[in-house]
Amino acid sequence: MTTLTIPPTHTSSATAGRSHLLRAEWTKLRTVRSTWWTLFAMAVVTLGVAAIAGATVSHNWHTFNVIQRATFDPTGITLKGLLFSQLIIGVLGVLVMSAEYGTGTIRSTLAATPRRARVLGAKAALVGALALVAGEVLSFGAFLLGQGLLRHPAPHALLSQPGVLRAVVGGGVVIGLLGLLALGIAAIIRHSAGAITTYVGLLLVVPIILQTLPSSFSQPILKFMPFHISDVMTSVVTAGQGSSLSPWAGAGVLALYAAVALGVGGYLLVRRDA
Amino acid sequence: MIEVRELTKQYRDTVAVRDLSFEVPPGVVTGFLGPNGSGKSTTMRMIMGLDRPDHGSVAINGRAYHDLAHPLREVGALLEAKAIHPGRSAYHHIQYLAETNGISRHRVDEVLDMVGLGDVARRRVGKFSLGMGQRLGIAAALLGDPGVLLFDEPINGLDPEGILWVRNLLKGLAAEGRSVFVSSHLMSEMALTADRLVVIGRGALISEGTVDDFIAETAGTFVRVRGPRLADITGVLEREGANVVAEGDDALAVHGLDAAAIGELAAAARLVLHELSPQTASLEEAFMSLTRDSVEYHGRTTDVPVPTAK
Repeated sequence: MTTLTIPPTHTSSATAGRSHLLRAEWTKLRTVRSTWWTLFAMAVVTLGVAAIAGATVSHNWHTFNVIQRATFDPTGITLKGLLFSQLIIGVLGVLVMSAEYGTGTIRSTLAATPRRARVLGAKAALVGALALVAGEVLSFGAFLLGQGLLRHPAPHALLSQPGVLRAVVGGGVVIGLLGLLALGIAAIIRHSAGAITTYVGLLLVVPIILQTLPSSFSQPILKFMPFHISDVMTSVVTAGQGSSLSPWAGAGVLALYAAVALGVGGYLLVRRDA
Repeated sequence: MIEVRELTKQYRDTVAVRDLSFEVPPGVVTGFLGPNGSGKSTTMRMIMGLDRPDHGSVAINGRAYHDLAHPLREVGALLEAKAIHPGRSAYHHIQYLAETNGISRHRVDEVLDMVGLGDVARRRVGKFSLGMGQRLGIAAALLGDPGVLLFDEPINGLDPEGILWVRNLLKGLAAEGRSVFVSSHLMSEMALTADRLVVIGRGALISEGTVDDFIAETAGTFVRVRGPRLADITGVLEREGANVVAEGDDALAVHGLDAAAIGELAAAARLVLHELSPQTASLEEAFMSLTRDSVEYHGRTTDVPVPTAK
């Protein structure tokens, strides 16, 4: 009996091609120092804010009035540092793409992999995974550190309490999705400074402009702003439920933003001259 | 083998490349000559699938670049010096390129040694000189041991030793049967390195063929003739179909007849000649005469007239 095995060349080489590409993009990501500096900066601010929040709330609890005590959210307050990390992960996400244009590496990259959509796909997989893992580690780290520093009589939260685990996990999810949004913006804009400015503008400046407008106009829009969504996602106690999306609807909206940015960026990457 | 067919590329209001067709055959070095801004780099980027032509196509070993499964194993290119992230080490730059095309780590070390960067491979590229950057770009081009190689101005920034090395490298790669395509704006360099030439000006093909043909056709080899009765000689030669141009008062430049034929004709007509000397233009002169009209950016030197071809 002879068994003739025909190697499934086509599919296996395509799969191999993708794993080669992931490995190559990972080499690129880990061999520049900006990756590690941005992650380090995220750790410093996120854990730092959690430590400061835990310590100062414990110290000042006696000055809180009844309403402040009633609405105090020990989970949310220790995750506030993630707001800074949301800006910093944008820098990482942008640089993964824009640094290639700034240095000219993009031409080596696209000559090596002429299927351009796959290049962006591999970058998205890695940036998304790295940002998600970093976000979850920092979110859990910040939560545990902050709760550890909250002293009686200030209350502290436990992961087993309703909504707490969701908020802590949500903090990491926000980082992951915003990293992807930044990558997509960079694929569209291609310049580091322009892409970072656009990203920060979307997160910080647009909500500020909206708040100067009549609230009847700004309120329905404000709940779609990334910072607002992330605030809801990382909070257990939320004021004014009506004017906000639910945490998971918010996550869906952020995912939609990232998908649109990556879709447009991928389309332009394929269409435009490198 | 590279086949470029009817390539056209327009940027906004300028046509960078116009209906350009040529071939880069295996086994020889094909020089790509043209003044600055004539479309050489644009053409090379289109060959590499980086810029999309408005019209026309490029086939590499019979296929479009986009359809090559492992392009680095078939085409290697040095397109610009130091188009590399300055914070990454030379080794990691070559390593990621190798990974994209499933090329072994062993080959990474091998090409870095080959270009003389083995000892500095772990250093960050930002600290490299222009010449080291060129060598790293050449290492990247050689990485996949490809049969087709493109080099855009490879000797820029190299010292004399490096220039000699590149020259021998290009010839050696061609001798191994590879198709080697090298752009330059330095004629003298092409005269030493290239076997064939593709000459473009303002994005359009001016000439394609061997270096010798190019010189013969363009600046034209001609024969200088001196003698006491130039007017009579002119008459004799023109009757035989030669193109005769006066060179000052005492010499003629004769195109279309070789020195032996001119000598025989003069002897038959009993005309004395004082000089009968075949003239060969240099590649540089040939190139200048051919592309003078298509140079995009002319320099000017105060009060010195632009020399005309002798």
